[in-house]
Amino acid sequence: MRNVLHLSGRPRLGRGMNLFMREDKPISRTVTAALEAKRAEQPFQFMAASYLIRIGAEPVQTLGDLAKSLRNCPQASIFYHTFQSLEAHHYTSFSSDFAQWALTACNEASLAEQLAIVDLRDIVSLEDLRVILADIVVDYLKEHPQAADRRAFEAFYFCEAREVTVPSGSPAWTLGELAEGIRHLGHQSLHYHFINSRLRLQLKTNDFSFWIEHSLNHPWLAARLNRIDFYNDTLDDLRQDLLAILEQQETL
Amino acid sequence: MSTTEIAKPVLPVLEDYAPIVGEPEILELRELARRLAGRRVKMVNSTAVGGGVAEILNRLVPLMEEVKVPTHWEVITGGEKFYNVTKAFHNALHGVPYDAAPDGFETFLATNEENRRRMHFEEDFVVIHDPQPVGLIAERDPASRQHWIWRCHIDLSNPNPQVWNFLKPWVERYDASLFSSPQFTRGLRIPQYLFYPTIDPLADKNRDLDDEFVRSVLEQFQVDPARPILTQISRFDRLKDPLGVIRAYRLVKKYEDCQLVLAGGSATDDPEGAAVLAEVEAAAAGDPDIHILNLPPWSHVEINALQRGSTIVIQKSLKEGFGLTVSEALWKRKPVVASAVGGIPSQVIHKLTGMLVHSPEGTAYQIRFLLANPAFAKVLGENGHQHVKEHFLLTHNLKRYLVLFLILLQGD
Repeated sequence: MRNVLHLSGRPRLGRGMNLFMREDKPISRTVTAALEAKRAEQPFQFMAASYLIRIGAEPVQTLGDLAKSLRNCPQASIFYHTFQSLEAHHYTSFSSDFAQWALTACNEASLAEQLAIVDLRDIVSLEDLRVILADIVVDYLKEHPQAADRRAFEAFYFCEAREVTVPSGSPAWTLGELAEGIRHLGHQSLHYHFINSRLRLQLKTNDFSFWIEHSLNHPWLAARLNRIDFYNDTLDDLRQDLLAILEQQETL
Repeated sequence: MSTTEIAKPVLPVLEDYAPIVGEPEILELRELARRLAGRRVKMVNSTAVGGGVAEILNRLVPLMEEVKVPTHWEVITGGEKFYNVTKAFHNALHGVPYDAAPDGFETFLATNEENRRRMHFEEDFVVIHDPQPVGLIAERDPASRQHWIWRCHIDLSNPNPQVWNFLKPWVERYDASLFSSPQFTRGLRIPQYLFYPTIDPLADKNRDLDDEFVRSVLEQFQVDPARPILTQISRFDRLKDPLGVIRAYRLVKKYEDCQLVLAGGSATDDPEGAAVLAEVEAAAAGDPDIHILNLPPWSHVEINALQRGSTIVIQKSLKEGFGLTVSEALWKRKPVVASAVGGIPSQVIHKLTGMLVHSPEGTAYQIRFLLANPAFAKVLGENGHQHVKEHFLLTHNLKRYLVLFLILLQGD
């Protein structure tokens, strides 16, 4: 039921937590004021991202079939049911579609938990993620062979997201302009820049942090943004956390 | 602005949705549409009034026009014999035995051919809604840059094989198919996309109404606002199980002094509506607390008021395409008790945005629970509103179409 609470908002950053801390040490006003005014070497280009969900032809009816399909389904499906599903799961117990199906359709809570706790922030390759997920299911079925062929309450449909991106809004040259752009991003575009970007960059970071680190040369602030826990955020929560960090210096 | 005025002379424009979905979403819609400049769309279905498809198109088409994607909506024509066949198709595709005349397939194809000759298909994108006009697609010219899309609004998870095997070769001539739920798909060779149906939050059926107006509508229909009101809004169709709703109401009535409202009408392409209405009236005879309201298709504000005035909204369908009346009720923050069929589980997440049920007895059980726990019922309603806001509003539908067209142009 924890997700119900998201609907009416949740506490932001903890009391006493300074938003501008470099490895837990405060940053001086002088530094942050200079940072606010600093103009980047290259601008940040916002993108409007939109998605359409393509449904696969062959649904999966058992966990045994899921294990096989995880080995050979399109990478785009692995992406969709893990990274992409973070956007839509405000209500369900788990943000991974695989975990949610293991729980609600197969009644295998332990397996669901194992699938859910794979931390996508550590993943830079879909093939790596595929192997991790498939191994979890295979190992579980070795210990629980009776679960392999039991028919699920409802089938699992492998899906893929088709993405359309277009440049959107004015490019940002400063942190202030970046914050203003984030304020006006749609949900799917925010997801694109902060979550989907991790695979696109093949690094454990997001578009905003990447730009701040490389074009503004402020790795500590980049790291601070990257520490936001998007697992427990709705997209509106995520936006507010980003803005709280970026706008803090305007009040300093 | 008064919320009680019946007639709204001016349709909402895209900017009017900004307070609901946020300005960023509106800006992105305009940007996507700009990429389609110069492209034209045709939408085709089988009825201009009644039913969810006509309602969606009534609101979607003006918005497509506003963002400068010219969209022309046409309705096929056919005689009673054709509509009897398509009704039989509709039921059969939901798994009911096929019972049309022996020459039903010939009637279907002949009427489609007549319409195809009458209509002109010069647009870049042609979207055909549901099985009735599926035969409008002719043999395809491989060099053509025109894109044909089949939008299926019904649950194909367990179709009658005789009817589906007849339709499938026609469907697979299209470039893409659109389904309301993954469970509705049939493993087609063409791309299958997920397209949730949507409601318009600014339409007369969903816009805010003041309490006084809601009360006046209840009184107009002799419904007592002081006692619990259970309501099912749907056309009089056996697949909506109105008799099952009456049965559930009678089980609740043993413990709660409640009333039942069964309100709906008939679509012009549904020849069974009058017969079902007569069955419902017979089942309700003698109970002054059952209100059967056969409303004309323009009764949107009245339906809105009935939903808002209800204590609990029911949708006890036996089969369902998507069940947009569920989203309508959730948008109005109403606790919903609905069957776990068709697209309803996409809208009602059990115990989070509503209650899912599987029988009249289960329906009665959950209604009694919600009547006894109004605070929990209120939480369900609030969650349901947010869920609809994130997934099932008209602006989402507009965006999906714009993205689909762009993807087709890119050659998915």
